Order: sequence, then C-alpha cells, then structure tokens
Amino acid sequence: MEKFDVIVVGAGLAGLAAAYTLAGEGVEVVVLERGDYPGSKNVSGGRIYLNPVRDLFPGLWEEAPLERAIVREGATLMARNRSFTFHYTGSELRAEKPQSYSVLRSKFDRWFSERVEERGAMLLPKTLVSDVIRENGKITGVIAGGDELRADVVIACDGALSLIPEKAGLRAPGRAHDNAVGVKELIQLDPNLINDRFNVADGEGAAHLFVGDVTKGLFGGGFLYTNRDSVSLGLVVSIEDIAKEEAAGDIPALFESFKARPEIEPLIRGGKTVEYGAHVIPEGGYRSLCPLFGDGILVAGDSAGFALNLGFTVRGMEYAMASGYLAAKAIIQAKAAGRFDAATLSIYQKLLEESFVLKDFRTFQETPKVLSNPHLFGHYPELAGNLLRDLYTVPAGPKSPIFTTLRQHLTLSQLWTMLKDAKEVTKI
Amino acid sequence: MTDLKAKLGLNVFKPLPTPHIKIKAGMERDSRLKAAVRACPAGLYSVSETGEFVLTIDGCLECGTCRIACGTEVLEWGYPEGGTGVQFRFG
Repeated sequence: MEKFDVIVVGAGLAGLAAAYTLAGEGVEVVVLERGDYPGSKNVSGGRIYLNPVRDLFPGLWEEAPLERAIVREGATLMARNRSFTFHYTGSELRAEKPQSYSVLRSKFDRWFSERVEERGAMLLPKTLVSDVIRENGKITGVIAGGDELRADVVIACDGALSLIPEKAGLRAPGRAHDNAVGVKELIQLDPNLINDRFNVADGEGAAHLFVGDVTKGLFGGGFLYTNRDSVSLGLVVSIEDIAKEEAAGDIPALFESFKARPEIEPLIRGGKTVEYGAHVIPEGGYRSLCPLFGDGILVAGDSAGFALNLGFTVRGMEYAMASGYLAAKAIIQAKAAGRFDAATLSIYQKLLEESFVLKDFRTFQETPKVLSNPHLFGHYPELAGNLLRDLYTVPAGPKSPIFTTLRQHLTLSQLWTMLKDAKEVTKI
Repeated sequence: MTDLKAKLGLNVFKPLPTPHIKIKAGMERDSRLKAAVRACPAGLYSVSETGEFVLTIDGCLECGTCRIACGTEVLEWGYPEGGTGVQFRFG
C-alpha cells in the first residue's frame, strides 16, 4: 500500500493547479487521471479569463498553448426568423496582457500537466478512481485501478458530476435543475478565413454568444469561440428544461438547427468538423455549491460547482484554477499544523471566502434565477426582431410613421412586463 | 441519426471492456428514462418496439447528462475503466 501526502483526483485545471502549487512547495503529491492523458476527458466551451489567476501562477502563461486573445465580443438575440446582433471591442481587450483567451483543453491541460511533473508531482494517467477509503469517518485514500492508495488529504477535482464528493458522503447526486448539458463541435478552418470572417488579426480572436430560438425558448444558449485554426461552436441547454419540454426536440437536433442558422452557417462554411464533445455544466451558482471540505478531503473546480453563468460572461476555468491553488495553500497550512481533520481543513473555505471565488459566487447568487426567466429565450428575441423588421422594411405602399411602429410593439402591457423583468434584473 | 453517427465517428474511442452505464434491471420501462432520449448528446437512448428504453453505449461521450436527467435510481452509472472510452484530442 502506497501512502502520499496528497492525492488529487482528476488532472483538469483544478487538480493540476493544486498539484502545481503543492509540488512547488515540496509536498509529495500524486494526480490520478482516468484519461489517456490530462485533457483527454475534458470538454469546455473554450475560454479562460486570465486576470484573476495570472499572478497565482507566475511564469506559467508566457509559453502556455492558448489559442487567440479575445479582442471582439458579440451577442445575438435569435428570434425564429430574424436576429439582432451587437459587437463590442475596446482598447482594454487589446492590452499587452489580454484578459481572455480561447483555449482547447486537451492541448492546454496536457501541457500544464508536463509543467506539474517538472515540479516533481507524480501523474498517473489511465487510472480511474472508483471509490474513496473511509476510516472512522475520515477520508484516508482512494481505490484506483483496484489498488488502495492512501494520503493525508484527498482533493476531489473530478469534474462536474462530482462523484468523489458523493462517494465521500459530502453531497447528493446533482439535480437537473442545477445543471445544463453543453455540446460542441470543433470545426477546423483556415486561420486567414477566421481573421477575415471575424474581423481579427493573427493571434486575435472573437467570442460570440447566442440566445433565444437556438434553444427553442429553453434556458441556455449558443457560443462560438475562434481558436488558432478552428472554431468551437457549441450549444448549452438546461437539463431540467430539455427533460420537461418535449416540443423542443432532442439535443443533437437542436444543435444541427443552430448550425444551419443563416447567422451561423456562413461563419463555418468550408470548415471541417473534427471532434464532437459534450459535458454537464454546473449552472446552479452559490446555492448549489458542494460542501467544500470534510475530514481528509477538499473539493475544487467543477466538482465543487465552481462555474458561473453571468449572461455576458460564462466562467469556470479561472475558478477551477484558483480553487485548486487555494486547496493547496490550505493543505500546506494543515501540514504545518500536522492535522487534516475538517476543522483544520476549513481554512480552505476561509481562503475561498477571502478570494474572488466565493466573493463572486455570493455577489451573483441571484443571477441563475434571474437569467432563467423564459422571456429572455423567446419573448424578447422575438420582440426585438419584430420591431427591427418593421423599422427596416420598406413596403410596396406607404410606410407607417416610426412612432406608430414603436407603439405597435411597445404596448403598455409590454412595457409593464419589461418593467417587472427589469426589477428582477436589479438583483444581478 | 446517421449524421450523428458520422459525427461520433470523428472522435477517438478506445474500446470499452464492459458498458459503464446500464439501465437497472426492472427499470426498462421507467418514464424517468424518457429524459435521456432527448437529452443525450450522442442519441444513445431509444425506445424499442415493445416500449422499453434501450441504451447503446458505443459512442458515449461520458458527459454525465443521463445521470443528471434520469437519476441513479434508474441508471447504474460509472465512468469507464482508465484509458478506455472517448479520448478528446481538442476538448
């Protein structure tokens, strides 16, 4: 039987960040990864915001295999037969140190894991953790590939399904209400075509979100991120909604209709799909976070529920990296105290509270509920689309005055609905 | 459906020694499984002529949607053995 200081379950961003930090401090750490290599079981939209984590990992970013710095943001309200788009760009997005990059996780995580190994951490790929070892109520190790491995602390970084915390008795299985399903195609496209179609230069990229009829009115939306020589095109839909609403059809069909939209098809024309992935995404925010620590165990990344959808920004990777980093810091303190019980490990929660991680989750605790307003996915995209249609249309006969057109769409009852929804929006 | 199969064919899969997700014995007609028919991104759940839900594991993306959508009372749900199943090259 082998004994380590720390066992990390899962070589995603949270697990690798934890191991990188621990190994840097000379702690004996092993990372168990079920895939052939780190990143081989990961699916993500593909965007990381660096500002919150840049300084936690000094020297890591210069050589990191990131795709394109995001210098153009966009959003489209999709009605059934029309759409309304806006683009945003600003000098801050072209800063010397860009705030955000598109990223392909199978490449990035694999590269990151090599940096982690250089620091002396042990990485065991192709190793599935099937259970935890619990003795006298304390987690003392894991069962991996049929073998018992023991450690002072286990860090569960096993992803959105959070099976390790569930086995450790920290949580119940995830609920449909708190999770979405994301599907994505990786579409290879000539880099010059990407530059031209998305109005960017080499190394620069665009990010675009789509909301409305792409999910047939269900909670969720589409995304498109430009990579070096590919685009990540994806769709996210609430699992609760797709389970309930038969009329919306199935996920593969929804995605195909999204791809075929006249707003999307020209952007990916001539591209070659090379991979199709999917993953559960935690969407519940603060209220659905997993308990973050127990006797001999800490929980980080998606496994803890650290993903946040704020409408304009959808975030997860930087919370994963920061929570892995703070889990490592907590363990270093616990090691100094020589105790790994829940009371000692609760320092992790305290560190998270002091950091942007739990501050953000508290600030935005009402956001999931407000953003689940069905009006956002059907009513408003149609309203905006119809209003713009009538403003732009030149009929064969005489055209109505602009104000009449406005009044037609923005009736009193309409404005009242908007006012009520706007009141909710004050909470986000 | 054939399009979806072709799309799944683009992925790198390593053979699964045994199915890692199973419909629990006696649950084949449980209506909770209906959610997976619509929600599974790989379209691996279907209804047979006799009204039973059927799961074909080949092509599974290990996304976890069916576990969340249907629950663990009707599904025996696990990840496949290390180094088997889908291996994303881009992720």
